[in-house]
Amino acid sequence: MSTYQGAQADLTAATDLAAVRKAISSTTRPPRPSALAAAVTFGWRGMLKVKHVPEQLLDVTITPVMFLLMFTYLFGGAVAGSTGDYLDYILPGILVMSVLFTTVYSGVALNTDLTKGVVDRFRSLPIWRPSPLLGSLLGDSVRYVIAGTVIIVLGVVLGFRPGAGVGGAVAALALVVLFSFALSWVFTTLGLLLRSPSAVMNAGFMGIFPLTFLSNVFVDPETLPSVLKAFVDVNPISILADASRGLMEGNAEGSDIAVVLAVAVGLTAVFAPLTNRLYRRG
Amino acid sequence: MSSATSLAIEATGLVKTFGDTRAVDGVDLAVRRGSVYGVLGPNGAGKTTTIRMLATLIRPNSGTARVLGHDIVSEADAVRAAVSLTGQLASVDEDLTARENLILVGRLLGLRRAAAKERASELLDAFGLSEAAGKLVKHYSGGMRRRLDIAASLVVTPELMFLDEPTTGLDPRSRNQVWEIVRALVAEGTTILLCTQYLEEADQLAEGIAVIDHGKVIAEGTPAQLKASVGSGALHVRLLDPEQRSAAQQVLGRALGAVTLEPDPAALSAASADGDVAANALAELTRSGIRVADFSLGQPSLDEVFLALTGHPAEEPESRHQVPEQPRHNEKETAS
Repeated sequence: MSTYQGAQADLTAATDLAAVRKAISSTTRPPRPSALAAAVTFGWRGMLKVKHVPEQLLDVTITPVMFLLMFTYLFGGAVAGSTGDYLDYILPGILVMSVLFTTVYSGVALNTDLTKGVVDRFRSLPIWRPSPLLGSLLGDSVRYVIAGTVIIVLGVVLGFRPGAGVGGAVAALALVVLFSFALSWVFTTLGLLLRSPSAVMNAGFMGIFPLTFLSNVFVDPETLPSVLKAFVDVNPISILADASRGLMEGNAEGSDIAVVLAVAVGLTAVFAPLTNRLYRRG
Repeated sequence: MSSATSLAIEATGLVKTFGDTRAVDGVDLAVRRGSVYGVLGPNGAGKTTTIRMLATLIRPNSGTARVLGHDIVSEADAVRAAVSLTGQLASVDEDLTARENLILVGRLLGLRRAAAKERASELLDAFGLSEAAGKLVKHYSGGMRRRLDIAASLVVTPELMFLDEPTTGLDPRSRNQVWEIVRALVAEGTTILLCTQYLEEADQLAEGIAVIDHGKVIAEGTPAQLKASVGSGALHVRLLDPEQRSAAQQVLGRALGAVTLEPDPAALSAASADGDVAANALAELTRSGIRVADFSLGQPSLDEVFLALTGHPAEEPESRHQVPEQPRHNEKETAS
């Protein structure tokens, strides 16, 4: 239907050559924007996309919401004795899951830009070269905040009350978003290496899904076989979930936070330059 | 802007390889400022790769090029500041509206917010897109999308514009609009490098043409020179009465030489480079009582030129061998 409307508009509105002539004869080239201004402009573009394609955000938020409801009410009593106790355990974990899932879309979006040719336009502009990447991730951070907030608000509706209050919840969200910002460089690297947006999505979730399940997001690893427990204990997602729980309750371990920050710095140090190099190469 | 050189593009021996494939294999180009220069070739000939090197998106493996006097490798930023690229894929953001796309480009070029908005409105009006300005681009038709793409390349008028197959997939009406925009741009002094696989498009717009195949320029010149290099034109005649064709064949044979009978039983043609001689031959037909339904005197089409140069026609496999023998019209003086 929309195609039909497009065809209609095409027939009624044509190029006005006199106006085209006037438009192209009347410009002077402004000084090029600063690196920051260019990055902020790309961030603005990311936010427009959240506005125009909200279903993309919904797609990634709906799974964690379903998991939250399913796990709390189906397994909560069995796992933790009561749904209320389990909610206290799982909510900070689901927050991690929800925001980490959203990072896969940073890679999907970059690959879409690449396959649609938008990257070519950006790369042909006289701007600071990493600004499209940095700006997109800044825009994506807004997405992460929204995805995280949805989970926290839903938790509160279900009866979750963070021990450290609003401040604790905000601190947990901030740490998770910061880590996601670092993790998204992994997916932008994938986005530049793989052929299609759906390939990025599949590869991304193939990695992040098992990693999330093999963590302490859903269950306390105490009862796990020792090999599995060893893996779960060192899984950065477990440590992030622990830190998230700690911040929400007001008893966070400094070492957990330090490990999360160190992993974030490590991921950024490896994958941000890699993304940048692949992007420049085109 | 004062020009250090009269050439907008000066490329020597550009080579780009992808793995074992030599996508561009030693391309030389000389494009005069203010002209439309056509790069003509089939899919996969190396046109897009050439444009991407000149637009500084990829680096050549060897060879050098200056665009508007700036080296495409060591002064890539200066090149980017003076050119626009309209790629083969309409490189606009489908998830934004047309207006947002233009504001985005304006802001990235350094326009202040208000100026970017004003410029977007001006271009939307000029390109007949103001009614659909608030619609997401993914709902646009191919022609509208292409116009928006070109508008996005003109937010700040470039000194040189790369147009990669701007009318591929467009209906004739949209195609004509694109051609009109190109002519308007050239009238305002912009140089255009036009890649196309449509011979008619190059013939319509370009002052000089390089024919490229398998990464190499196999011929270069004006459209007329290319046509002349293949051979003279022909007089095509269609008779009212097919019965008169053998009589017509004799008359034309005397006046023009070898006559070809065409599949249409009322049509025939003869080689003719000279309009006067052809006109005399037509008058001769009338005097002999042969009635002509219509006639045309044409140079060979660029299609024929292209086939003759690349030797691709499927029905003559041995013609492949002609490729190296074809003279390379690489004299830049005659191209301008």
